[in-house]
Amino acid sequence: MYSCSDLKKGLKIMIDGEPHVIAQFDFTKPGKGQALYKCKLRNMITGALFDRTYRSGESFEPAQLEERDMQFLYQDEEGYVFMDQKTYEQVTLEEVTLGDDKYFLIDNMEVKILLHGERGIGITLPNFVELEVTQADPWVKGDTAAGNNKPATVSSGYTLQVPSFVETGDVIQIDTRTGDYVTRVKN
Amino acid sequence: MTEPNWALARKRQNLEQRARITQVIRAFFNDSGYLEVETPLLIPGNAPEVHIDAVPATGGFLQTSPELCMKRLLAAGYPKIFQISHCWRQAERGSRHLPEFSILEWYQPDVDYRTPMVECERLLQELCRGELLRWQGQTVDLTGPWPRLTVAEAFARYASMSLEDALHQGCFDELLSAEVEPKLGLQQPVFLTEYPASLAALARLSPENPAVAERFELYVAGLELANAFSELSDPVEQAERFAVDESTRRKLGKSAYPSPVKFLAELPNMPAAAGIALGLDRLVMLLCDAEKIDEVVAFTPEEL
Repeated sequence: MYSCSDLKKGLKIMIDGEPHVIAQFDFTKPGKGQALYKCKLRNMITGALFDRTYRSGESFEPAQLEERDMQFLYQDEEGYVFMDQKTYEQVTLEEVTLGDDKYFLIDNMEVKILLHGERGIGITLPNFVELEVTQADPWVKGDTAAGNNKPATVSSGYTLQVPSFVETGDVIQIDTRTGDYVTRVKN
Repeated sequence: MTEPNWALARKRQNLEQRARITQVIRAFFNDSGYLEVETPLLIPGNAPEVHIDAVPATGGFLQTSPELCMKRLLAAGYPKIFQISHCWRQAERGSRHLPEFSILEWYQPDVDYRTPMVECERLLQELCRGELLRWQGQTVDLTGPWPRLTVAEAFARYASMSLEDALHQGCFDELLSAEVEPKLGLQQPVFLTEYPASLAALARLSPENPAVAERFELYVAGLELANAFSELSDPVEQAERFAVDESTRRKLGKSAYPSPVKFLAELPNMPAAAGIALGLDRLVMLLCDAEKIDEVVAFTPEEL
């Protein structure tokens, strides 16, 4: 069982017999009052989003889901297609299920697919992915302040903040859990 | 060679601003006749508050606030005092909470909780160097005096049930957090006042209406910024409240604190006073237009 202190974005719990994932999480505590754990939950089967606030002392059943190693094959009009390398079974995930994770998929990437029966209802990506920068403003000579940043777009169409020295054509590493820039891999 | 820590380097502007803010705060209190004090961070025990858990350390606990030591200074005759110090509260981590954070706390004898209201107005106006504060797309007019709203009025205005019903049904905190707080201090900062006696903490009850405590919380742009009291100086009532809270803590299975005997013994010497604790990190958030508390400290616990 999980307690309130385990709650965080991405945790999967059972509510009324159905698996839910925490889409957004915050801890709050009004005045000198008790701790409140604010969750935005997504029902992993229906996709429904709703808010729920928990108090200390509540406990949560971990969602029991089959998670299978699969490889990303391609995208078609139905969605994103993955294949189990051992059984050659294929599963398609809808775009809405992937959310921002769709920007971090690379051909042949090894991922974990969450299954409910035969249906794919979730994905776990590798923590880091390397993508090429397709658009970033050039590095202004003399801008050496280490903390400066600017927007950049990578090959998948995803836009994020990067340090000022990153330029078009560089390959950068992105943390898929936060969507944030980690480091430049090569230029 | 690896790249510099960009996430940390990015905070530089905010950290420079933070340093300026603490300088202005120190100048503000020095110019107002306050004495800056330092009290120990490691103490035998904190005031037993039901919902605040201290971090145990060898020899006692890390302070959850400098309150008890600062009141002992008042009781010994020190007049207006202020302190900026680190405090620790177990398992408090959210977009506006850090388990280690900074409190600006100040006390003044012979006044009640209305005086720190005026000081808050002056301090923020000075820090903001203008009448308008812009935070996360909101514009807050800092021109004083700031409105005062009782807790009962705030529930009547913003919550789906009355204060009385909320207390009766045990959902005061939920409604305050979900329905009331997001509406507080949006156009102008607001003082939420007259807390029900059951939520008095270390505040004295109003002499005119003992059903409420002389306590306020300051809200700016929906953000809870400071908590103030007309300090309770009756040692008998204080000991009784501690006993009730300590027994509630034990019933909830929380760690027991030793009774703050020296504080209680010296409390009869403490003059009537007002005291206030302001969340320094949140103040910096407001002045740096930072969405999360993470952006205004060099390192969060996760970044260590």
